[in-house]
Amino acid sequence: MKNAAQTAFSATSSVLRTIGMTFMHSFRKRETVLYPEEKPYLPPRYRGRIVLTRDPDGAERCVACNLCSVSCPVDCISVVKGEDETGRWYPESFRINFSRCIYCGFCEDACPTYAIQLTPDFEMGEFNRQNMVYEKSDLTISGVGKRPGYNFYRVAGMAVGGKDKGEAENEAKPVNIKTLLP
Amino acid sequence: MMEFTQADVLSVLGTGIKTLVILVGAVLMAALMIPIERRLLGLWQDRYGPNRVGPFGSLQVVADMIKIFFKEDWIPPFADKAVFVVAPAIIMLTSLLAFAVIPFTPTWTVANLNVGVLFLLAMSSLGVYSVIFAGWASDNKYALIGAMRTAAQMISYEVFMGLSLLGVVLLAGSFNLGDIVESQRGLWNVIPQFPAFVIFFIAGCAEIHRAPFDLPEAEQELTAGYHTEYSGMKFGMFFVGEYLGIVLISCLVTVLFFGGWLGPVLPGFVWFFLKAFFFMCFFILLRASTVRPRYDQLMAFGWKILLPIAIVNVAITGAIVVATS
Ligand code: SF4
Ligand code: SF4
Repeated sequence: MKNAAQTAFSATSSVLRTIGMTFMHSFRKRETVLYPEEKPYLPPRYRGRIVLTRDPDGAERCVACNLCSVSCPVDCISVVKGEDETGRWYPESFRINFSRCIYCGFCEDACPTYAIQLTPDFEMGEFNRQNMVYEKSDLTISGVGKRPGYNFYRVAGMAVGGKDKGEAENEAKPVNIKTLLP
Repeated sequence: MMEFTQADVLSVLGTGIKTLVILVGAVLMAALMIPIERRLLGLWQDRYGPNRVGPFGSLQVVADMIKIFFKEDWIPPFADKAVFVVAPAIIMLTSLLAFAVIPFTPTWTVANLNVGVLFLLAMSSLGVYSVIFAGWASDNKYALIGAMRTAAQMISYEVFMGLSLLGVVLLAGSFNLGDIVESQRGLWNVIPQFPAFVIFFIAGCAEIHRAPFDLPEAEQELTAGYHTEYSGMKFGMFFVGEYLGIVLISCLVTVLFFGGWLGPVLPGFVWFFLKAFFFMCFFILLRASTVRPRYDQLMAFGWKILLPIAIVNVAITGAIVVATS
């Protein structure tokens, strides 16, 4: 009998306490971010709209190696290679179909030149599906993105655009294979 | 041949207008409960709820209504068509009929029945048919389980609901709701009849199958219970019917235990509205805070705890009434 009374009391008080605690939530701060008026903070490495960046000299970074295209799990990048008179490769066309992109960031990881980068912008809604296909002119930005100061050709050991072998940063002179001297 | 005097015609007209106002008011209030519930649930869950359409999201319900009117009204080919169509109408009908005997102010009742309490109980019992028909006609196992649960729940909670009201009736010496309100002039029934109030409130919750007694439509286990197969405006009728139930039970609690329109300074209707609105909000708070019991717990709680308390309450009240008269 005593046990039953205790159970009844504790059960009733726990229900009442729950109701009271829920009611006290009226005076708490609300967690909602009122989105269109109030933008949430997104970290710089958030994976959103993709951009093609430029090197510090203002030239395109992309060398049309197609690595992003092959790494893309949904096959939404299409790159056409072009070559200028100095032998430097560049993308003649670069197209990303954002209606297929899953924002996985694999392309950014695959890119050897840090050309392709994901940005914290996700407001890409369109009424017309065709508008989700971004061309090179839509993708290219004028800045360096997340990698300031990086220029692929300045560190790569490739002869291109007036820069010869052994002239890159931190690069030793090419070894003369015709001599035995060290 | 009967002669109609001008006074007769006027009184019929007056009743007709009153009926219309109360019907429209009840349905409007039930519809308004939807945004209020969503906003309040939001408040108690530390979020906002719908706050875009109209001032404070109040027009959300209008948008939802427009949407629901244009939805496909689908009747499953395996359903029992006639019963399937009738079911949602019954719940609206019985809930709205029950409003007829509620005295909003001394002059504002549609039917001043001398058996008002019994009429109410009868109407709320009839409501169970709607749910059973819906579950049966849907020919869907979830709907049927939901309907079975409702049947058991409503029939057993009906008993304590009636018994808990007997105390109030004894104190007032009348089944007429208007007389019951008048009898509370000195002291609201909630004080001498506190156990009855608690039982009535719990039973009312179960009667309109609101959380925590929403087993018939337990989303997690039964998809949506008895209205799983319903779509479009038929589903909307069930929905509005449920909110009508909340408004009805809130009005009843106000009338039976909290002195209806009685109150200082403000006009009677305002008092009635404020009290009823408080209970409507309390129903929402209950939904926000309590957990759903298991089915056997629900039954055990009803028959083993509420029923004895209700009977003891009636016995003691009866004894006191006899002793003092
Ligand atoms: S983020 Fe992923 S899906 Fe999108 S383009 Fe890059 S690799 Fe393809
Ligand atoms: S964006 Fe990077 S990975 Fe893709 S083609 Fe250009 S250089 Fe290669």
